[in-house]
Amino acid sequence: MATRKKTGRRHPLASTALLLIGLVAAGGASAAVGTIANAAPAAESAHTQALTVQDGAELFRANCATCHGMNAEGTEHGTSLIGVGAASVNFQVMTGRMPMAFQGPQALERDPMFTQEQSDAMGDWIASLAPGPERPAEEWLDTSQVSDEGIANGGVLFRINCAMCHNLAGAGGALTEGKFAPPLGDIDAAHIYEAMLTGPQNMPVFNDANIAPEQKREIIAYLHYLDDNPSVGGFDLGALGPVSEGLFIWIFGLGGLVAVTVWLTSKPN
Amino acid sequence: MTTTAPRPSFTSQASNYLDERTSISTMVAALGRKVFPDHWSFMLGEIILYSFVAILLSGTFLTFFFEPSMTAVHYDGSYVPLKGVEMSAAYASTLDLSFDIRGGLLMRQVHHWSALLFIAAIGLHMLRVFFTGAFRKPREINWVVGFILFILALAEGFTGYSLPDDLLSGNGLAIINGMIKGIPLVGTWISYLLFGGIFPGDDIVPRLFVLHIMLLPALVIAFIGVHLVLMVVNKHTQFAGPGKTNDNVVGAPIMPLFAAKAGSFFFIVFGFLVAIGSTFTILPVWDFGPYDPSPVSAGTQPDWYIGFADGALRLAPGLESEIFGLTLSWNILLPIAVLGLFIVLVMFYPFIEAWITKDQREHHIAERPRNNPTRTAIGAAGVWFYAVLWAAASSDLIATHFHLNVFQVTWALQAALILGTIIVYWITKRTAIALQKKDREILLHGFESGNIRRLPGGEYVEVHEQLDEYQSWKLKAYESYAPVMVRPNANGKITPATHLRSAMSRWFFEDRIEPITRSEIEASKHHD
Repeated sequence: MATRKKTGRRHPLASTALLLIGLVAAGGASAAVGTIANAAPAAESAHTQALTVQDGAELFRANCATCHGMNAEGTEHGTSLIGVGAASVNFQVMTGRMPMAFQGPQALERDPMFTQEQSDAMGDWIASLAPGPERPAEEWLDTSQVSDEGIANGGVLFRINCAMCHNLAGAGGALTEGKFAPPLGDIDAAHIYEAMLTGPQNMPVFNDANIAPEQKREIIAYLHYLDDNPSVGGFDLGALGPVSEGLFIWIFGLGGLVAVTVWLTSKPN
Repeated sequence: MTTTAPRPSFTSQASNYLDERTSISTMVAALGRKVFPDHWSFMLGEIILYSFVAILLSGTFLTFFFEPSMTAVHYDGSYVPLKGVEMSAAYASTLDLSFDIRGGLLMRQVHHWSALLFIAAIGLHMLRVFFTGAFRKPREINWVVGFILFILALAEGFTGYSLPDDLLSGNGLAIINGMIKGIPLVGTWISYLLFGGIFPGDDIVPRLFVLHIMLLPALVIAFIGVHLVLMVVNKHTQFAGPGKTNDNVVGAPIMPLFAAKAGSFFFIVFGFLVAIGSTFTILPVWDFGPYDPSPVSAGTQPDWYIGFADGALRLAPGLESEIFGLTLSWNILLPIAVLGLFIVLVMFYPFIEAWITKDQREHHIAERPRNNPTRTAIGAAGVWFYAVLWAAASSDLIATHFHLNVFQVTWALQAALILGTIIVYWITKRTAIALQKKDREILLHGFESGNIRRLPGGEYVEVHEQLDEYQSWKLKAYESYAPVMVRPNANGKITPATHLRSAMSRWFFEDRIEPITRSEIEASKHHD
């Protein structure tokens, strides 16, 4: 009788392989379910069109007035919004920073509570109270008009104006008293533009005299280039620089090799 | 009857040829019997050696293409976001290595990862030597040689980190420049000397390059040579065990077994480093842009091995005073003084301990850390002190990632640096003594077997079993020192040094646990 070759499920690595397959399958399934579950309901946009300035005022009074006052004049809990402009409203509302999740050192980003139309209506109403920065024109958000040299120039502007808080690689950084500059990966062009224009929270204002609209567009193109061209050297370990590199080499590098030394000096039982 | 001698094999002919011309056989005979104890912690030094080989090989590749010059050029390579940007030739050639030279990025990453591993392995190796007391006579000098190697490795790392002339490493140089200028009176002049004029100038990269690829590597290789020769001369230490005494070394000889293991370990280390270098980014200099003195980045950190110095700067109080028109920046002078003292203490620790114990015998048995509680506690406190400084270098990342206030993180780390060091010292010392007491108890009364018997009278007892001879040897074989008494010297005087030594000795050994004696074991056996 021919002896069967000792392969397949009797292989010592079989259980490891099985575990890996199981983990990949479970992880993949959960990610797939998550994508479906988190998808935006499609029906919402059907009846939220053509909102007027008056609708914006009502939305504001229902959702924002507790802190900002009935006529956006401000209270002790929130600043006056007269003159902040539609750009500021769009940034704060559509990145989910307003309405604030809770009072803290800084408003945190989350899924927006309003549709784009509702936000625009509120922005129009705020803009009708006093003039302020307007939402950027499509032209300044269209990064396809930026050349390679423009992207490089955006990088130079970024390093000079933004990196001291947002980090050279746009990974974000700490500010005083628990405040922070957020990481800049995967952000909508309009929101980057509006942030520069209005200086939300602790950010300084970079008005058009300071950084021209063309230059703002170059900065956006640079940031989006980084988004579209992820790390060329392999896994980027969170792009946190030497800190994560050091932790990695101690835990996995040295840890792995110490495991090898233990194996090499082990005696057979 | 005639016999023809068998024709000698090719190997024996070849080795004979070599031996007749070099007399190498005596060396092979001597060295081939060098014995390596088979405990994993004795292989940490090999990780250092092999990663150093990886550094040398990958670094040689890099020197073929790297241009150590600060001449201004406009980048014209394939990385789009830097197209046409003005930068130094050093940075441009680093970008070319990363994007336009085949295998260049892999070599850069292997070089850098190997450097991080090199220094990490040195740290772990030093901890092994420290905590097992393997620096005692006759190995004190080798400890100092090894420590100099550690400092040289830091210097290698720092000079290499600064070479690409990117914005991150330039920020690091700016910090060094600031520290140098903080030294009163001479600081400014030292800075001018180092940078060839006002910071950053255009001399620093070529200067660091010469240090990085010529002087420092030559010193590292020379000191590694001395370190290894002394290791062969002094022989390895070993943990106590049956048949393992102060006068022998038990383990595998180099030829053939250990050479095979070490050889394969070399390939494992090398392969491991290449695997890391090919899958994980390290220092993506293209993200940082060329150095320019005006921009400074949030989250600027040095590589991990310089982190303790960066952390010390972050934790130092922002004090300043003025004497005779000289500004004394304590936020710079304090860290320099504290770190300098720390380094000197570590470097000369073997001599300090030898002075306290007054012990002039040779020691070839590696101590178990618990059997020298005070030294172990000092070591643990030192590790804690270093680790807090290290963590402080990433205080801003701790703050952003855990949504904490960066000021509070700094205050907490300041408290941890001073109070924590004391607490860790105390906990470690008590733990070591408790473990010693436990060892004693096991030797005298055996260990709990989990086997519970009911006696005829209804009483329940747990059967204690005795360790066998082999196991108990490990627990028995150590020695302890009695505190040195204050005694007058030949002139009948008690010098302050004698008082100091006696006080130190009391601190070390006052609450020691004596090793178990034969009579105690006999007594416990009768008791059973």
